[in-house]
Amino acid sequence: MSEQQAYSLAELCIVAAAEAWRNDGEIIASGMGLIPRLGAGLAMLTFNPDLMMTDSESLLLAEPAPVGPRGDYELKVEGWMPFFRVFDTLWSGRRHAMTSPTQIDRFGHCNISFIGDAARPKVQLLGVRGIPGNTINHACSYFVPNHGPRVFVERVDMASGVGYYDTRWQPGVNRDFMDLRRVITNLAVIDFEGPNHCMRLRSLHPGVSVEEVEKLTPFRLARDAEVAQTPIPTAGQLQIISERLDPHNLRAGVFKN
Amino acid sequence: MDKRRKAAEVVAELENGMTIGIGGWGARRKPMALVREILRSPLEDLTLVSYGGPDVGLLCAAGKVRKLVFGFVSLDLIPLDPHFRAARQRGDIEVMEVDEGMLQWGLRAAMYRLPFLPIRAGLACDVERLNPELRTVDSPYDDGERLLAMPALKLDAALVHADQADERGNAQVLGPDPYFDELFCGAAERRYLSCERVVESSEMLEAGCVHSMHLHRALVDAVVEAPYGAHPTSCVPAYGIDLEHLKVYAGAKDEGSWQAYRKNFVDVDDAAYLEAVGGSGRIDSIAAPVF
Repeated sequence: MSEQQAYSLAELCIVAAAEAWRNDGEIIASGMGLIPRLGAGLAMLTFNPDLMMTDSESLLLAEPAPVGPRGDYELKVEGWMPFFRVFDTLWSGRRHAMTSPTQIDRFGHCNISFIGDAARPKVQLLGVRGIPGNTINHACSYFVPNHGPRVFVERVDMASGVGYYDTRWQPGVNRDFMDLRRVITNLAVIDFEGPNHCMRLRSLHPGVSVEEVEKLTPFRLARDAEVAQTPIPTAGQLQIISERLDPHNLRAGVFKN
Repeated sequence: MDKRRKAAEVVAELENGMTIGIGGWGARRKPMALVREILRSPLEDLTLVSYGGPDVGLLCAAGKVRKLVFGFVSLDLIPLDPHFRAARQRGDIEVMEVDEGMLQWGLRAAMYRLPFLPIRAGLACDVERLNPELRTVDSPYDDGERLLAMPALKLDAALVHADQADERGNAQVLGPDPYFDELFCGAAERRYLSCERVVESSEMLEAGCVHSMHLHRALVDAVVEAPYGAHPTSCVPAYGIDLEHLKVYAGAKDEGSWQAYRKNFVDVDDAAYLEAVGGSGRIDSIAAPVF
């Protein structure tokens, strides 16, 4: 038995994010945003060394680059991944991306485009980016730092990506490559293994109750009678996070309070 | 053929209502000197096709845009462009919002003179619903798969920026990503390239290997020498994204501060612009961004 380590919510989420890439093999792990990126890096440095990673620009790296100022650290470049090759790669399915949606519904349709009406949005966001192509071509997961009814919605204002709502699929369209995996939140880990691939509560973070999650989720999450606890970080994982992946402790700024 | 031209001569060839593609990506290697020249011109009613950055925001703020074909607009180091957002939230511009991959696919179809290219991206989400002009096509083979038929994005003109070019229009990109500039040029009737330096062809091979020669001269109609012509976006390795300037740009949200921005950074000649943004030494010292 190892001694229990002190860990933060950010570190718990990094470990939960890493788990999403556990069985992926030789594909590109794209973690967009700090927690997903650190999670992908942790997976690559521990249980899934075959994962591939970029410098978030156009270079393939043999090991994940630390986030923040790099000091003397030199990138371990192993290849070239300009944007045209990103499309080649993702359309061939060799990628698993984790992004943060502004809204997401219980069948996994997410929105990063706008809030309100299409002709004159109340809030214009980024645009759909590559989400339509990602979600219909390869594995996708999500990170939600603020689990609540602003992000989890009955219906997204714009479905930037595909999901498991049958009515959104025309006959003949290939659904075989859609593969929504996990939603990591500040309270829990959710997957799409409920009835008809609806969201299912996969595990609760330590100290979080089912009631708390249900109160902050405006739709019903499927769940088993007993819900597991999200695995807590090991001493080895914490060491890799703090020494190799995030030496400036940028993760301390992810969750307010 | 010597294709060297001045920015103002190039922009004088553009016409109201044209569809203009702008190369680069977000806040990276955008032909900003040419974009500022458009801002100073009477051009209006433009349709833009872009992996959007401050090019889109500036043209929106100046009221030049009727329609935007895009997948995103971002300043990279500042996630959202406030001028683009304001134009959208006022309902000023029409949009065709598509997946990033669909955009390059449409340019590729135009380059190949095809009516469309099949793609999965865009199906089963609201890209289809919000762009009713998009059609699907069923595979004629045994699989019968239904695909989205991404229409050719034909451009009247393309604007791109490179590090070096010769006077005939062979161009070199020394940074790590060519983005989709070749497709923008391939999809366009008229192709305008700005570059940091016009050099002899042989000098380009001294600066980088032959793989960095991303545009050949049949894709370029005019070459505009524009040192720092991508500023405030990056042209690595020469200079990175000017975050300080982008903060000034992003902060110029109300009418007064926008007019001040225009006066200082748009309605000026190249020399005055360079001085206003801190001079060549300052831009040279801006490190490549770390993402």
